[in-house]
Order: sequence, then structure tokens, then C-alpha cells
Amino acid sequence: MADTDHSPAQSPLLAEDEPTRRDVILVAAAGFAAVGAAAALWPLLDQMNPDQSALSVATTELDLADVDPGQAITVMWRGKPIFVRHRTDEEIAAAKAVPVDDLPDALARNANLPDDAPATDENRTTKGHEGFLIMIGICTHLGCIPKGQAPGDNKGDYDGWFCPCHGSQYDTAGRIRKGPAPQNLAIPPYAYTSDTKVKIG
Amino acid sequence: MAHASSYQPTSSFGQWLDARLPVGRVMHDQFMTFPTPRNLNYWWTFGGILTFMLAVQIATGVVLAMHYVPTPEGAFDSVETIMRDVNWGWLLRYSHAVGGSMFFLAAYIHTFRGLYYGSYKAPREVLWILGVLILLLMIATAFMGYSLVWGQMSFWAVTVITNLFSSLDAVIPGLGTKLVQWIWGGFAVGAPTLNRLFSLHYLFPFLIAGVVVLHIWALHVPGNNNPTGIDVKGPRDTVPFHPYYTIKDGFALLMFVLLFAVLLFYAPNLLGHSDNYIPANPLQTPPHIVPEWYFLPFYAVLRAIPNKLMGVIALISSIAILFFVPWLDTSKVRSTRYRPIYKWFFWVFVVTAIVLGYLGSQPPEGWYLIFGRIFTAYYFLFFLVVMPVVGLLEKPAKLPGSITESVLGPDEPLPLSVPKARQREQVL
Amino acid sequence: MTLRRSALAGLAIAALLVAIGATATLHAADEAPATPPAHNHDEPVIESQSWSFNGPFGTFDRAQLQRGYRVYHDVCSTCHSMRLLSYRNLGETGGPEFPKDAVEALAAQAEMTDGPNDKGEMFKRPGRPSDRFRQPFPNPETARVANNGALPPDLSVMAKAREGGPDYIHALLTGYRDPPAGFKPAPGMHYNKAFPGHQIAMPPLLSDGVVTYTDGTKPTVDNYARDVAAYLMWTAEPKLEERHKLGLRVMVFLIAFAVIMYLAKRAVWARMHGHAAPTA
Repeated sequence: MADTDHSPAQSPLLAEDEPTRRDVILVAAAGFAAVGAAAALWPLLDQMNPDQSALSVATTELDLADVDPGQAITVMWRGKPIFVRHRTDEEIAAAKAVPVDDLPDALARNANLPDDAPATDENRTTKGHEGFLIMIGICTHLGCIPKGQAPGDNKGDYDGWFCPCHGSQYDTAGRIRKGPAPQNLAIPPYAYTSDTKVKIG
Repeated sequence: MAHASSYQPTSSFGQWLDARLPVGRVMHDQFMTFPTPRNLNYWWTFGGILTFMLAVQIATGVVLAMHYVPTPEGAFDSVETIMRDVNWGWLLRYSHAVGGSMFFLAAYIHTFRGLYYGSYKAPREVLWILGVLILLLMIATAFMGYSLVWGQMSFWAVTVITNLFSSLDAVIPGLGTKLVQWIWGGFAVGAPTLNRLFSLHYLFPFLIAGVVVLHIWALHVPGNNNPTGIDVKGPRDTVPFHPYYTIKDGFALLMFVLLFAVLLFYAPNLLGHSDNYIPANPLQTPPHIVPEWYFLPFYAVLRAIPNKLMGVIALISSIAILFFVPWLDTSKVRSTRYRPIYKWFFWVFVVTAIVLGYLGSQPPEGWYLIFGRIFTAYYFLFFLVVMPVVGLLEKPAKLPGSITESVLGPDEPLPLSVPKARQREQVL
Repeated sequence: MTLRRSALAGLAIAALLVAIGATATLHAADEAPATPPAHNHDEPVIESQSWSFNGPFGTFDRAQLQRGYRVYHDVCSTCHSMRLLSYRNLGETGGPEFPKDAVEALAAQAEMTDGPNDKGEMFKRPGRPSDRFRQPFPNPETARVANNGALPPDLSVMAKAREGGPDYIHALLTGYRDPPAGFKPAPGMHYNKAFPGHQIAMPPLLSDGVVTYTDGTKPTVDNYARDVAAYLMWTAEPKLEERHKLGLRVMVFLIAFAVIMYLAKRAVWARMHGHAAPTA
């Protein structure tokens, strides 16, 4: 390819007159272009966030009257499994016996309590309903569903839940005890609407 | 490699077009008369093979998309409809699935060839970087494509891999969760996730094709490297690309397609996982989650690190480190052939990559985990320590005077010594 | 032979050997994922069976598939659905290849729910070849209630959805035993030596003579298991025969093409022998 002369032509139209004012206008034009491009980009990105219908299907109601001690049920809320276990007295006692300082994650992770609430057994349940542990059944490591709901399942060393993906083990209060998961199983926002009825979300 | 154009359109239309859009001239100069080192061995045929595989994947993918339904209810069954009822559907679907594996096989061989012969060294750094970029795009495309089957392994691979981003919560609390929900379009992997994976899986191959054009452009500026790693010194060192390399690439491509056909017709599910014939179930995680074979080494690196965030960083680094190879290697010579010490480290690295692949398929416990850590350590040490240090300390073997000399032997201007001439074709 | 030629010929021969060798060695792992090696004493050992559809030239045994359908229909289909199959598939090439009137008769045995009609009501009618197989339960919840909480999985692609494929299915159906001393299956569970964990919710329903065979094949549990496993292989991979047939043609074409291409490559590069590079 032949060499082309790229040096600017000495046109009177491009002469350096009034440099300050022209520079300001050019910078302003570039600024408008940048703001316009960024503003146009935002809807293209934000459309990927959860949409209105996903945000609205937020509550699930369940009846705990038929769940006997030692039994567990799983319900769906926002496309996630919710683990409900009616714990036996021994299971509650085992959970209460663990000092909070010994836990890998010392926070309650309970959406109904302040963020800094300690992970005591009381803070993982609701006062007056200590038997019922209600949690989001998704391992806090990489999102697998831990085993421990069905009668024949491996419940891990702490008799709670065991995640088959990378071996995280949770105790009878759903607190992480061993394995790579960084946090206790999360407790969803919920409230008792009567003695045995619960509204999640 | 700049060379004088010998293109002379004969027809009047050819001349008319040449003055307006010289595509014919570009094709002629870049793919017919392009001067190519005369000593390229069969490891140099994988570039052509990869171009072919990209074309196969795009062609089969576009027609599969005419029958595929990207919804959680419809995805699995639409794939089975393709396999059962669509004319030639089984052939198209198995070609696309096995083709993905063949594409990666060729890409890895191509990458290791570049590593062995120093094809990343000046003046080919940009060429190499574009290649690594293509590899990254391929990884993203393959991951999204695998998810579309919406079997158990698809679903849980998406869940586990997208959840890797939640590790950012350890940097800025809430950022990772927000990002993961943005990727999902909901609070769990679901219908919006599948639909966008499909959209992007359709887009990415065309991005790859675009970068491939840049990759070939960047190749044609300095011209091909060659097994000796020394520069072309004159016309005696090269042959025109056509017919010499079109025919050689063509033969190698046929051998490759033969292997492809064996897998396609006689073992189409050999490289797949049986769990992906179980429809996705968001309430039940399979006992062992393993990625496709071509991701296993990276998966082993991820699992070798006990910390979630550090594991993700190691995973990303294991690929991103390739971008820096042109500057990590301090050697004065390109080809490993003339590097007596580095040669050993190189082959240990090849073994490391294969062993990591095996470890990635095994549960991360006991000895598997310990070996996973040892080999992960070597993987990174190879790039960060071996490449810079050995390059400085090593005394390379004597290089041949020219490419022609390496082929025909020294001091034989117009040799009649046939046996030596025939050494040219030796592989490696 | 010179060094160069032998290197090239060696490469070509090696590639062909790889192709042929792979075909030969992979045939056991053919359609379904390979039978896994036993990792430890806890994991079930699945024995490889000899199947007519194995190998690069394998085809289904029509009579076996017809018997297998009989076993599926009489036993399995009371609990297991097969939602990807239609009655018309039973008459298609490469499958059991029931005659046309037999397919219509088999379809008509099933009572299908159709509708709504012009009064807006659902109604019952005999099945047609275009119908999907009748499902034993209207939804998974009903299936669980009827089966003590366990959900019988759909069998359409079962032979590809389990490691070992038809070998596994045969081993499972013939794997019921009395539990060994000290092993207590949970209530409602049954001991099976082929099932991972050895506790399976499915009861042993096959026993000698439960399905009537009309072609003289011995009505034993082993034959039932073998036939239904072959039938499930067909339902999972209905185009297997077509694939093997096309594969052979493609291999012949590619090998011939490769030989010609090798000769062409040699002819082109022969111009270079003993010469300096031509000036392009």
C-alpha cells in the first residue's frame, strides 16, 4: 500500500482560532455523547434484573399442624425450596449446647432479626415455636440442595443437613459446622399468622 | 507477511470489482500465494481444523435453533423431539454435541503447539492474545450451550457456576448476590435464566467468528512461526500457501473428521454424562456434579483452593495467565526444540494439565485433593517461575542458519541429497 | 522407504488404526454411558451383558423389542410413564416394527382422555397411533400418593440416564435379594444389590411367568429383564440403527477420501523434493 500523508491539511477552517471556546464546545459535545450512550445502555443492562412478576410472587403460606416432631417438609417460595423441620427435644438441646463462639459463622442470618444477631438457637427460630426450624434449603456454598429432609437421607455428622456437592455439614439449627460453605442456612422473612399457620415472605 | 500482489483478474467483471472492492485480491494474496514457511509440520494444521469446527458448530447450531424451545417446560422435550421426530435431527444434535468436544480438543492442541514453538513471542503477541480471547469466548459459549439441554447436569452446572459470582459478597457485601440475581433474572435459576442463556449462546459464536478474522489478520502481518522458531530470511524459506498447505491441511482435516465421525456414529454419548438425560429438578442435586471433560482441569483448580473467593480467583487466573505468556517467557529463542532444560518443564506441564483433568472428575477428598493442590501449584509455577527463570538461565542449543538449512542441511545451495531433504516432514 | 515417507504413511496408518481401534473398543460403551468400574466394595457391580445392538454394526432384535414392550405394558406401565413415546413409534423402522394393524390394536387398548368437546366436556376414547403412551398418573403428586411417597421415574430415556444403561437395568431387575445379615431396609424399601445404596422403593414385580410370551421364549425373570432392558434402549435411542447404517457409509467414504487426499498431498509436495522452494 502506498504511503499516505496523514499530516493535517492547513485549511483556514481548522486554524487554531479561539482555542479555549472551541475546546469547551468539543468537550461538551463529547460529554453529551458519553452521557447519552451510558443512559441508552442502562435499560439494556437493567432488563436482566428480576422482573415485576418475579418480585410479586413473594409469599407462601403453610400449615404446620400435620408436621409431627421428627418430620420435615419442603415447600417452594420464590422458586427456592424452604426446609421446615419439626425438631425433637434432643435436636433442640443439641443445638442449644453449642457455644456461639465455636461456630464458623456466628451470625443468625435470620431475615426477621437485625443483621448482627448472634447465631444462637433462639435466634434461628421464633419465640414460642422453637420446635419449628424454617430455612431456605440452599447451601450457602454454591447453591446445591442439601440432603436431610427425607427419612433415609445422609444428615451429616451433626444430624442436620449434608450437602452432596462439596460436603458442607449443617447442624440441627441449620448452622454451618464443617465444609466449604461460608454461612448458616438463611432464614427467610416469615411470620406466624396463627398458632400453626405461617406466612413466608 | 507483506508480499507483492500477483493478482491479475482476467475477466472484465473481475477487473471492475477489483477497482471497487478488492475481495478477490485479498483472498488471492492471503490464501493462495501467501508465503508460508516450507517446514510447517502437522501440528500446524489445527488452525484450519478449528475454522472448520467453528463452521460446523454454527451451521448445526442455527438449524437446531429452529426446533429448540428455550423454556424450562419445553427445553428437554424439544431436544428429544429433535432426536426422535425432526428429519436428521439425531445427526444434527449429536454433531453439535460431539462437535463441541472436538472443537475443544483441536483448540487445546493448537494452544499447546503455540506454547511449544514459542508462537506467542514477538512479533506475535497480539496474535496470541486474540487466541486466548477466542478460548475464553469458546468456554463461555460451551457452558451456555450445555445448559440448554436443561437436564440435571445442565441445571446444576448453571447453579453452581453462576453462584461462583456470589463469592464477591466477601469483597463488598451484597454485590455478589445482586450480580447473581441479575444474571438469573430472578431469585433462582429459572425460566428467565434459560432464555437469556439461549440468546447469548446464539450470539457468542458470531463474536468468535469476528475475533477469528482478527486472529488471522494478526497472523498474516508477521506470517507463520515455524518449528525452528527462526524468522523467514528469503523466498527460499517459503512456499505459496496454495497448493502446499491447502492440501496438507485438507489431509489433516480428514484425519480429524474421521475421529469425529467415529465418536459421532458409534459413541455419541461417551463424552457426555448420563445425569443429563434426567430432566432438570430444582429440588434435587445430583450426588456428583462434574463439568464436561474440557473444563475438568479448571474445575480441579477451583476445588484445590479451600476458600470460595480464592478458588474463583484461581480459576479465572488459570486462564487469564495465558494473556501474559508473551512477557513471562524471557527466552531468546522461540522453539522449545532448541531449549534443552525448558523442554522438560514443558512436558511436565502437559502431564499436569492432563492429570488436573483427571482429578477434576474425582471427588475432592483425600489424595485427590492433595494431588489437586500439588498440580495446581505446578500449573501456576510453570508460568510464573519456570518461564521467566529458565529463559534467563538456559543456554539454548545451536540454531540452524535458516529454515531452508534446517530442511535441506547446511551448505547445500541446490541440494541433490535426497535423504536429508526427506527429513523435512518429520512430525516435531 | 525413506524416512519422510514412512513418517507420513505411519501417520496415516496410525490415524486409521485409531479410528478402527476406537470403533472396536468403544462398542461396549456404545450407546449408553460406559458401565462404571466398581470404586469400592459398597458400590454395586454391574455385569456387562451381550446385546444385539452393541458394536458398530449392531441392530435391535425385533422379537426381543416386541417382548420387551409386552413386559413394559403388562408390568412397568402400571406405575412408570413413557411420555416421549407415541404408539406410532411401535411400528416405525428400526424399532419393534409391529405391523400397522397391531399398532392400531395396541393403541386402542388404552383409554385416553380427550376434549373438551363442543359441550365443553372432557371425554374418553380409545387411543390412536398418533397418541402419546397413556400415563399411569395424571400428575407427579398422584403418583407419589399411590407409591408410598416415591415417584416412579419416566422411562423414555432411562437407558441413557443411568450409568451402565441396559446392563444396569437388567442388573437392577434381577438384583432383588434378601437383605444380608445386619442390613435393615427402611420401612417400604426393598433390598437390591444393583441399586446405589441397596434400598429401592420399587418392589420386585417380576417373577417367572407373570408375562405371557407367545414366541417360545422362556418366561423367566432373567429374560423379562433382558427384553425390557433392550426395549428401553430402543425407546432411549430410537435412531440407533439408522445411525449405525449411516455411520458405515460415512466411514467408507471418509477413508477412501483420506487415501486419495494422502496421495494428492504427496503428489503436490513431490514438486518440492530435492529442490529449493519455488518462487511463487
